[in-house]
Amino acid sequence: MCSNIVEKAAMHGSAKGPSGWMRIDTANVYYDHPFHAPLDHALGIDFICEADGGRERVAVEISRASALELIEKIKAALASGDAAHGITVACERPALAATKGDVAGLF
Amino acid sequence: MSYPNITGETVSFQGHNGDKGEAYYARPGKPGRVGGVVLIHHAPGWDEWIIETTRKIAHHGFACISPHLYFRDGPGGPDDVGARVRAAGGVPDNQVVGDVSGAIAFLKSQANSNGKIGLIGFCSGGRHVYLASCMLADGINAAVDCWGGSVIVDDPKQLTPKRPVAPIELTGKMTAPLLGLFGNDDENPNRDQVNRTEAKLKEAAKNYEFHRYDGAGHAFFNYARGPAYRAEATADGWKKVFAFYGKHLGGAA
Repeated sequence: MCSNIVEKAAMHGSAKGPSGWMRIDTANVYYDHPFHAPLDHALGIDFICEADGGRERVAVEISRASALELIEKIKAALASGDAAHGITVACERPALAATKGDVAGLF
Repeated sequence: MSYPNITGETVSFQGHNGDKGEAYYARPGKPGRVGGVVLIHHAPGWDEWIIETTRKIAHHGFACISPHLYFRDGPGGPDDVGARVRAAGGVPDNQVVGDVSGAIAFLKSQANSNGKIGLIGFCSGGRHVYLASCMLADGINAAVDCWGGSVIVDDPKQLTPKRPVAPIELTGKMTAPLLGLFGNDDENPNRDQVNRTEAKLKEAAKNYEFHRYDGAGHAFFNYARGPAYRAEATADGWKKVFAFYGKHLGGAA
């Protein structure tokens, strides 16, 4: 946690935190010393809503291997979801993911 | 010597720009005047380990205050507040130095103060110790840098409006003796950076002592972080810290 290096991703969705569901607009992603996970370094993601002040967060700290596994499973879930629905679900950010090809291209 | 009959409490202190914040203050139950230590917390924040470490220093005979450097970013638990500060790129250097100066004033205003002031900091707090020792030079009698990263800045992109100057560039202003503790497996600072920091101190004819520990990485004192903790290095490191303070702060080791 010496670095303060954070990657910010724009989000559209919700997360469930200590006080229930909340909308989120940002994911702060970092790879650094964790606060809680028993690891020397961890991939951390803080889901927050900056538009609402960013005071509440839903946080995870996972190992590097877990993070890579998660990336693969996100890809697999999107691909199988696309196949099951037969269409790409309409996305509020079409520039990012409008077609199956675009989804695959993200990874 | 140890003084288990300590008193610890949360206090208010006046930091940078006159802002009032909270700090943890622990003092030993020993008669007479004692040296004071400002403990600068690590990047994760003002957490349980920091409070416990503040009490540990009092247990060894020194009045110790740990200012909550993120008090302006509260409320919330230390992990949540620390996450906010990290997302904002950390706290500004001048604000930290102002808060440390306020914590020093708090210590010196206490009836038990002998007027001597030490610093100790961990992780980013180690970097802050180096910085404050240069910027508040005359007010510091002994400084302890525990694995402070980014004292040397190799990538100019690390210099930001909040951290505009690499602390190493201010070395000439340092007047207090400096004790540095480092793990040889640390990545920030790495071995080369520690060596270059030592070379700079030597070149400037500063009073310093560096100790390096094999098999230890970053935060090796911190038993709250299991993978990082190294018991033998920790025991030896604390012994060196208290001997150093005993020599320079007029207290008992």
